[in-house]
Amino acid sequence: MSTPHSQIAAAFLRRKAAWSPLEAGLWGLALAAAFLFPSQQLLLSEIAILALFALSLDLIVGYAGILSLGHAAFFGIGAYTAGLFSLHVSAEPLAGLAASAVVAGLLGLATSFLVLRGSDLTRLMTTFGVSMLLAEGANQAAWLTGGADGLSGILLGPIAGTFDFDLWGRTGYLYSLAVLFILLLVARRIVHSPFGLSLKAIKRNSRRAAMLGIAPNRRIVVIYTISALYAGMAGALLTQTTSFVSPDVLAFHRSADVLLVLVLGGVGYLYGGIIGAVIFTLLRAWLSVVTPQYWMFWIGLILVALVVIGRDRLDPARAIALVRSRLLGRPAAKPVPLSEDGR
Amino acid sequence: MLTILFDGIAYGMLLFVLACGLAVTLGLMNFVNLAHGAFAMAGGYVTVVMMNRYGLSFYWCLPAAFLAAALLGAALEVTLYRRLYAAPHLDQVLFSIGLVFMAVAGIDYFMGGQQQLISLPPELSGRFSLFGVGIGRYRLFIIILCALLTIALQLTLTRTRIGSQLRAAVDDGRVARGLGINVSRIFVLTFALGSGLAGLGGALGVELLGLDPNFPLKYLIYFMIVVTIGGTSSITGPFLAALLLGVADVAGKYYLPSLGAFIIYAVMIAFLILRPHGLFTREGGK
Amino acid sequence: MTPALETQMLVKRFGGLIVTNEVSLSVRPGARHALIGPNGAGKTTLINLLTGALTPSGGRILLSGEDITATTPFERVRRGIARTFQINQLFNDLTPLESVMLAVGERLGHGNRLFRPLAADRAVSEEAAALLERFRLADVMCLPTRDLPYGKQRLLEIALAIALEPKVLLLDEPAAGVPEEDRHEVLAIVRALPADVTVLLIEHDMDLVFSFADRISVLAAGRLFAEGTVEEISGDPEVKAIYLGDAA
Repeated sequence: MSTPHSQIAAAFLRRKAAWSPLEAGLWGLALAAAFLFPSQQLLLSEIAILALFALSLDLIVGYAGILSLGHAAFFGIGAYTAGLFSLHVSAEPLAGLAASAVVAGLLGLATSFLVLRGSDLTRLMTTFGVSMLLAEGANQAAWLTGGADGLSGILLGPIAGTFDFDLWGRTGYLYSLAVLFILLLVARRIVHSPFGLSLKAIKRNSRRAAMLGIAPNRRIVVIYTISALYAGMAGALLTQTTSFVSPDVLAFHRSADVLLVLVLGGVGYLYGGIIGAVIFTLLRAWLSVVTPQYWMFWIGLILVALVVIGRDRLDPARAIALVRSRLLGRPAAKPVPLSEDGR
Repeated sequence: MLTILFDGIAYGMLLFVLACGLAVTLGLMNFVNLAHGAFAMAGGYVTVVMMNRYGLSFYWCLPAAFLAAALLGAALEVTLYRRLYAAPHLDQVLFSIGLVFMAVAGIDYFMGGQQQLISLPPELSGRFSLFGVGIGRYRLFIIILCALLTIALQLTLTRTRIGSQLRAAVDDGRVARGLGINVSRIFVLTFALGSGLAGLGGALGVELLGLDPNFPLKYLIYFMIVVTIGGTSSITGPFLAALLLGVADVAGKYYLPSLGAFIIYAVMIAFLILRPHGLFTREGGK
Repeated sequence: MTPALETQMLVKRFGGLIVTNEVSLSVRPGARHALIGPNGAGKTTLINLLTGALTPSGGRILLSGEDITATTPFERVRRGIARTFQINQLFNDLTPLESVMLAVGERLGHGNRLFRPLAADRAVSEEAAALLERFRLADVMCLPTRDLPYGKQRLLEIALAIALEPKVLLLDEPAAGVPEEDRHEVLAIVRALPADVTVLLIEHDMDLVFSFADRISVLAAGRLFAEGTVEEISGDPEVKAIYLGDAA
């Protein structure tokens, strides 16, 4: 009983969720990098991990409109879980990754109730507070976490019993890239589902969303938990590729950096985290050569400039949409403001 | 016991002076300014440089720290902050984190990363005993000074035209402008005053809180607690919150040193869950 | 017969100000009921109380005889109350298709589906497309909502509410702000609403009220001032004095 209009509708929806050649190209490039730059595999792993961390933040900031100043809490707990898991349970990385995901997800579920109520400000404070609480805890519980010295002596077995970590870090990079790719596929699926659509509605106008029968709280709990799970896996990857965890994984600057990464790449289209991670990591590598120790200053300057000049004017998402429209003759999407809610 | 209470009060009053500027920008102007601590740090370093490098008296440093931070605040308000009053909170967060990072790295570059020390004038150092309670002279000085400042601030906000103009400007800028109030001038003045007080607090705090390039990040959480728990409907709320926080922190560090800052964060989260609109505000709106 | 929607002694105070004063309103199933009153009479407050956006200070709200006074806004939507807004509350960067699919999907309980692509939800997209066609929005359904002309946006406002298949529909000035040339389109849609849907219309436009409603309640200063058929109300000199005189 398909009418022409419903066919148009279905075609439109399919097209919106379809893969673009640009996306495929990006992944091809990422894979090629494993073989093109044999001496830079550690840097590449760093990018992939940061990209995953920023992707997890994008799920809550870009899609649900929840600001967080403490996303490092989930990254850090994932990193510690992976370290402790490999020391005490099993050296198999995939099992450690799964354990980190579960623990971080549980923490996300438990703390999601803190971000349901209140304004942006109380959300900033509670997320910040939770991460500081964890950082303080990791520092104090030296018997478990090694305190300020961190956990060392982490030895990992081959991934799935087959792929050994090599000295140059190529296995580590391909492993991180594979995890990032799979999790991006899942995120893509979520964003283009009815659930993802309802999140967009809640973010844009929660009052109206409620008038469509959407109970916002449950949706926020679910996406916040998924986001925490993603961040936890990013943390686990960091531990597994560097064989080391220190309280630095929970530090405030990590929460701030990941916000910057996401904003550099653009909020709310999933690839912002990846693009931002590339820019940020290369920039940091370059700046710390030029002015070691003081690269924080330049990061700060970039943040200020980014905001003062205007995020949407520099938004890669818009640039990509423009390129895409040129290439494929489709209308360019307008950038999405962070929140259309009055307050 | 009473000594701890006394120290806690001194600490709390200092926190109030440090944070009250944030209560205005965050509370009244609804601007998430995470860089507030940078102004306090500026005041602290002005003091350190004046005393240690030029040998000037501590008493001269206090007004100088106030002025320097206030000027810095005014300059930044006019050039940068002003553009972002209406911006989304995410932008404000990014912008002010950027400022903090620049301040931290900049101070590290010019002053080095070590703790800064000053030697207080002799009449302010040491303790004396009053009815068996050990009282630090410097802490007493802080309590008196901060109490005077608080009273002056309260009077300024409630009794003068500046106070009512500020409220009008914050409530509805357009209407205020229609009434002939120079909104942007009010905002600069307010911002400068808040930054100046933070700078003064920073100068007073060198001895009590310590001073190193990480100061703005280390104490950010304290300032934000004062503002969020105290609420923003008056300055009495943040004042009481600061006192409470000061006493709790000092007592916590004395009795339960192993827990460290744990308690503060836990208490803050608990408060935010139970009273998301602040401890001392009546339930307003939704 | 149980009223579709009923309020009993409903009161709303803001501080000392009483905005809704002991309003007892009864709307029978399938009614075309209009609520009129001068500006500031408390019409929008009443709608906000009915939908749960505001909590009443006293009194009860019943939907088909069930007490819904303490339920959340989205719970009320699930039980069958839908509303439109006097000022468009649309998702500006979503397309009308997505917006209506959202409403249809929520009604069918698909909103919790995390991993199923929207495009695969043919039942929902077909229903949405059919509804949009009925509302003459099919040709613009794939454009961002903000690019639609105002009249079309008003139609989408109503379509979103209808997509929820409500028992009771609250229409808050559906034709407000619509340019004269598009007006008839909106009015035609309003008149063609399904007969089994109970409609409570809040409206300023007397022509629309008199041509549409079978029963009229008059609200003045927060109180229910009069109620009756179109003839009774239009002939009531007191109503004329407080309302029609004021509007003229």
